[in-house]
Amino acid sequence: MLRLILRDLRLVLRQGSDATAALMFFVLCVVLFPFGVGPEPNVLTRIAPGVLLIAALLAALLSMERLFQGDFEDGSLELLLLSPLPAEGVAIAKVAAHWLVTGVPLMIVAPLLALLLRMPVDQLGLLVGTLALATPLLSLIGAVGAALTLGARRSGVLLPLLVLPLYIPVLIFAAAGLDAGLSGLSPRPHLLLLGGMLCGALVLAPLAIAAALRAAHE
Amino acid sequence: MTAPQLFTGRDLLCLRGGRLVFQDLDFQLAAGGCLTLVGPNGSGKSTLLRLMAGLLKPLRGTIAWDGVALGQDPEAHRARLHYVGHLDAVKASFTCREMLAFWAGLRGGGGVDAALAAFAIDTIADVPGRFLSAGQRRRLSLARLVAAPAPLWLLDEPTVGLDRASVALLEGAIARHRAGGGRVVLSTHIDLATPDGDILDLAAFAPLEDDEAEAEDAA
Repeated sequence: MLRLILRDLRLVLRQGSDATAALMFFVLCVVLFPFGVGPEPNVLTRIAPGVLLIAALLAALLSMERLFQGDFEDGSLELLLLSPLPAEGVAIAKVAAHWLVTGVPLMIVAPLLALLLRMPVDQLGLLVGTLALATPLLSLIGAVGAALTLGARRSGVLLPLLVLPLYIPVLIFAAAGLDAGLSGLSPRPHLLLLGGMLCGALVLAPLAIAAALRAAHE
Repeated sequence: MTAPQLFTGRDLLCLRGGRLVFQDLDFQLAAGGCLTLVGPNGSGKSTLLRLMAGLLKPLRGTIAWDGVALGQDPEAHRARLHYVGHLDAVKASFTCREMLAFWAGLRGGGGVDAALAAFAIDTIADVPGRFLSAGQRRRLSLARLVAAPAPLWLLDEPTVGLDRASVALLEGAIARHRAGGGRVVLSTHIDLATPDGDILDLAAFAPLEDDEAEAEDAA
């Protein structure tokens, strides 16, 4: 499994495009907001959590379509499914690699962008913590959609339709946690709910992804 | 039990896209054996190979290794097979050596250099995948067979894109594999020398016209 993660990371480092595109999208999206909404500090602080999370969500979605596509088209996925590695293991490795190349860079640049949106410095820790729970969730849930739409024509349209409803709870609780922090309340309950969702997804998503990948090769 | 280990299929029936591909198909393959699948396009050669690999499940009938049905222990079956399909799984930005090392590593094998030499791609070992020709890609795909040993080779038209010399290399690899007790199932449209191999003509199992109508009624 580690081998597969390392292979995927190397692949991304050599080809670059997909992961950097997601990160660029995230940065540009957030940077444009102060220009669009105006530089009013109160307004920016108020909308900062929502903007950051929506941008992160869309960036994850953007990179999701290619998650299995390349391996599916050149036959690598078929060989991976026929390798001694269980299909669930393949799923976990692919998702882990995706999170490492999109989720983690996102977590790193998010605090800088938050400053641009006038988020108080003492809230940055909470922001990174929330993203640390939310980005793996986005990768896991999105991968289920990506696996289900493999081989489907117009998967680019189908994928957001399938995945966005499942992304909404993540968005709600992550944004609510950040809002609570901004207004001086405890973000703990929201983060606990996110953590619960992550635990559930860690167990269930690989099973669903594996089943969908097998179905794609029937 | 005196019977040697057998890879068998019994009474197989396969439906693809609502069409009956073959029915009442039996095969059996002992250690060291080679089964060549022949038949016209669309007669189900690739389908049968995918059934044998466990990627597809037959609608009726069972495929078993040494008496144990594939469905009962799919992971053990995957560990003992190599599958070479129509796609060569070549990544544009990886070199031949890297790709081969990855696939061999997944199966715990490590004879990368020997495998590269076996299919005469040692001279292009450090060339990235995007510069490979169709025949070179195919040879790289075949080199996986040698890099990590597995008792069952499932080869779907392995000679596509290969020149005469490379076909000879493949024949040699198959002969060595069989001499070591390995089994090979392959489909081909050209004459590939497989001494004392069995031939399975899938045209013989094609559904009759009225059977097809019956299957449609049943469905």
